[in-house]
Parts: sequence; structure tokens; C-alpha cells
Amino acid sequence: MAVLCLADVSDGALALDATSKAITASTKLGDVTVLVCGPQAAADAAAKIAGVNKVLCADDAAYAHGLAENIAALIVGLADDFTHITAPSTTTAKNVLPRVAALLDVMVLPDVIEVIDADTFKRPIYAGNAVQTVKTTDAVKVITFRTSTFDLAADGGSAAVEATSGAGDAGLSSYVSDEVATSDRPELTSAGVVVSGGRGVGSEEDFALIEKLADKLGGAVGASRAAVDSGYAANDMQVGQTGKVVAPDLYVAIGISGAIQHLAGMKDSKVIVAINKDEEAPIFQVADFGLKADLFQAVPELIEKL
Amino acid sequence: MKVLVPVKRVIDYNVKVKVKADGSGVDLANVKMSMNPFDEIAVEEAIRLKESGVATEVVVVSIGEKKSTDTLRSAMAMGADRAILITTDQGVDIEPLAVAKLLKAVIDEEAPELVIAGKQAIDNDMNATGQMLAALLGWGQATFASELKVEDGAAVVTREVDGGLQTISVKLPAIVTADLRLNEPRYASLPNIMKAKKKPLEEKSADDFGVDITARHTIVTTEEPGTRQAGIMVGSVDELIAKLKEGGLV
Repeated sequence: MAVLCLADVSDGALALDATSKAITASTKLGDVTVLVCGPQAAADAAAKIAGVNKVLCADDAAYAHGLAENIAALIVGLADDFTHITAPSTTTAKNVLPRVAALLDVMVLPDVIEVIDADTFKRPIYAGNAVQTVKTTDAVKVITFRTSTFDLAADGGSAAVEATSGAGDAGLSSYVSDEVATSDRPELTSAGVVVSGGRGVGSEEDFALIEKLADKLGGAVGASRAAVDSGYAANDMQVGQTGKVVAPDLYVAIGISGAIQHLAGMKDSKVIVAINKDEEAPIFQVADFGLKADLFQAVPELIEKL
Repeated sequence: MKVLVPVKRVIDYNVKVKVKADGSGVDLANVKMSMNPFDEIAVEEAIRLKESGVATEVVVVSIGEKKSTDTLRSAMAMGADRAILITTDQGVDIEPLAVAKLLKAVIDEEAPELVIAGKQAIDNDMNATGQMLAALLGWGQATFASELKVEDGAAVVTREVDGGLQTISVKLPAIVTADLRLNEPRYASLPNIMKAKKKPLEEKSADDFGVDITARHTIVTTEEPGTRQAGIMVGSVDELIAKLKEGGLV
């Protein structure tokens, strides 16, 4: 079997963590060809991932900003040679792959967490409250993998890189601008430590406390949906079923009650620490270490003593 | 400009979901059902476009059981002008590809210039219908919208993407899918709920459209997710730091 895996490219550079984990999952299905919509350097980076057979590089301005119409048409043009079309579950792939599937008249399998066999997969539904085992009858399987449940692939690969091209710009949409949150902190979905704040933090100003602790621990900053809805934190920081799914070595949940939708986004973390003043908060049922305390006392003390 | 909004009836987002012991699915008996929250945001956005004079008519469409009438009435109580219900015998969860095919058939008749959909339904979490519909229609798509402006025959959409925001311009007709921060949906007032009962609701059957909506997926089992054991409560920040040091985490 042959797999075409769409690499995640951000601002011209390969998003190594997400792409590597999707390749780990893809190698369970067959020989992996990686499609890089970006410059040669990004394709070269993908070629170094172990388990990659071949890299196709589509270096064309039409594919540079993740525009779904253009990239989907490119993938459909390549699809004949493959039994599976995969990608990491990033916002780019979630935008593009369902379009690819519909053009191929097949269903899509989003957020797959386990590969059972070539046509049977596990995926969470109802915000992670249930896990479905799904068998597909489609000839081509279009899949996005939830990266937090797969390991990084080793490096040391030496796949050949070939240029590829498609029809280019479909003329349906155009890129206007990016507003990228610039930060010296690690990327949320690949960070070893994540410190998240919830509604209990109380205000956008006080969210600085969460950031301070994250910086002390060298971690990324996350937020619960309640904190995002209340305007304390940006939506791209949201951890949960409707936001990002993370699985760091250490997850620190501060002022987060632990709604199911949040737990779905972080329960695979190796060690979970929860600080909350309500001892009945459901977050304590999944925490390895719970501290019942006022966060405005405990967090400054933690920052000082670490 | 006519705006079409597909809406789905799903388990209410406040309900704790229970998986049936025999693995056959999620227990939906006697459970509160509501409009998918992302669809509510889509309906609100369409109504705001009408209120600001950009849209002239808001049509809501639902596909599923007869009970989806409630969901359509809720959308009309918020301010949608009329509704179309497509009934199927496929139970509550119809695959996004099938939904997209039926919606395409409706759109071929209705010819809206803009479709606003929720980015995902909170039951199957597929996040696919809008994108699939755009593909079948050959239209442009702007998913995960947090801001929408209609100008000069295009939708200018700010999208929630990993790492920040991206703004794109999509030629109309187009599909936009709504993310959380696009707006805060209104509550329907009692007079508007009463008025909605008199708004037109057209009922059709999926069979009328002659499209193949056979399911592509077979659900083998539905299980509870793996549970995590609760750990220990620590008494102080010092004890917490000691535990983290023991584990080599700090």
C-alpha cells in the first residue's frame, strides 16, 4: 500500500513535530511519500525523517498559504498512485483534506488516534467522551492523525526529493495577511511543559501570572475554552476538543475546573498538576498532583520557589 | 443576497454523554437535544448580515429526523426567514459527505450567494461538511472564521489557524465555516419564538433528490475512552515542588 502524507508547512518552514508524528502513523499503513507545499529547504527537512520513501516538493506561490482550493486540486491530481492520503490534524489539513475527500467521492476520517488495520481506525467523538472504531469501505482513505497520540519518527532518513506541480491557482480564494502570535515560548502542541489557565484566573491582566509560570518552567501557555470565551486568552491558546490537543511531559492546570471538553485536549499528558480552590473540581480526578489553594497565592509562591 | 445556513440537531453541549454498555453507540434516549453550538454562531452571523443590509434573506436547512423541526424553529426564532427540512431514515448521524451532497442539491435550487456553516458538529466532531460542500459546488471556502466581511463580490474572512490568525479573500459564492469567536449568538425572545411558528417550513425527503447517500463508514464499536487514575492531593506549594523534583520534572 502507498501513502501520501501532506506535510505541515508554516511560513515556508516544515512544522517538524506535527509532520514527523503523522509520518509515524502513516508508516503503519504502507510506503510513505511526503508532499511538501513549500520551498526546497522544507522538502529537504522532510526527506531526513526516517521512514519516508520519497518527497514531492510543490514550490509554487499558489500553495504557499495553505489555500484549500489550490492544495486540494494538487493532491487530487496525485491521488491515483495512493491508497491512503494522510496529514497531521492541523488547521491546514482540517481545511484541505475534507475537500480532497469530497473531490474523490470518499469520506474523511478526522483525528484518528489509532490504526487498527488498513481500513479500520479509532477516533474520538463527543469531545472525547467516546471512542469509535470505524471501518471504511472507501477505495481511498483520507485521514488526519491526532499527533499527540503518535511518537516522533526518528531522523536519519535520506529520501529523494522530486519536484511536482499542479494546476496552480484556482482563482477562488486569495491570501491577504497573517497575524502570527510571535513568542519566544515553545509551540503549544509540541512543548514539553504546558501551563494553562482557566476561568479562575479572572482577567486578561491576571493571565500574565500563567505566562510567568510558563516562562519559569520553559513551557508553552494554554487556556481553557472558558478562559478564551471570557476574553482572557487568545483562541489559538485553547486546549480542548475544539482547540488544540496536547500531551506534554508536564501539564499544569491553574484555575481550570476540568470540563470534559478541556480534559479531551490534555488527558494524555504524562504528569498533570492541578491548582484549584474548589476541591470538588473534576480536574482533580485526572491530576497526578492536586493542590487545593487560591491560585493568586500558590502561583506566585511557585514562581518564587522554583 | 441570499444566505443559507445548514443547522444540525445534536445532544446539548451541557449533557454528560453516556456510552451504551453494549458498544453500539451513545445513549440518546431522553437526552436534551439542541442546535449545534457552532451552527448557532453561523445563524447569528447570517442574521447580522441581514440586519446590516448585506443579506436579504436567511434560509436555514436541516437534515435528519422529523424532530429537527425544533432546531429549525429555534433558528427562525433567532431571525432566520424560512426553513427547509430534509428527512432521512438514516437515524441521527448522517455522514458529512452525504449531508454535503443533499445540501448541494438544495443549493442548486436555492442559489444562495453565501453559505455559513458551523465548523464542526459536537456529536461526531467531523469538521468536514463545509469543506466537502465547497468541493462539490466548486466554490471557494473560508473555514474557522472569527471575522467575516462581505465586500466587492467577495467574503473577506479572518480565520483561526494554528499559531494565530490568517485573513483570506474568497470569491462569492462561497462557503464560510464559523469558529467560536465569530460572534455571541442571541437568545430568542418570546414574541420571536411565537412568530417563528408561523414562518414557512418546507419538508422534503432525502429520496426526492436522487443522490447516493449510502454510508461509507461502518461503526464497529463505540467505547468509553481510557480513564486516568486520580493521583494524590498535596498540602502545600513546597510539597508540590518536592514531588515534581522527585519525578525529575523541574
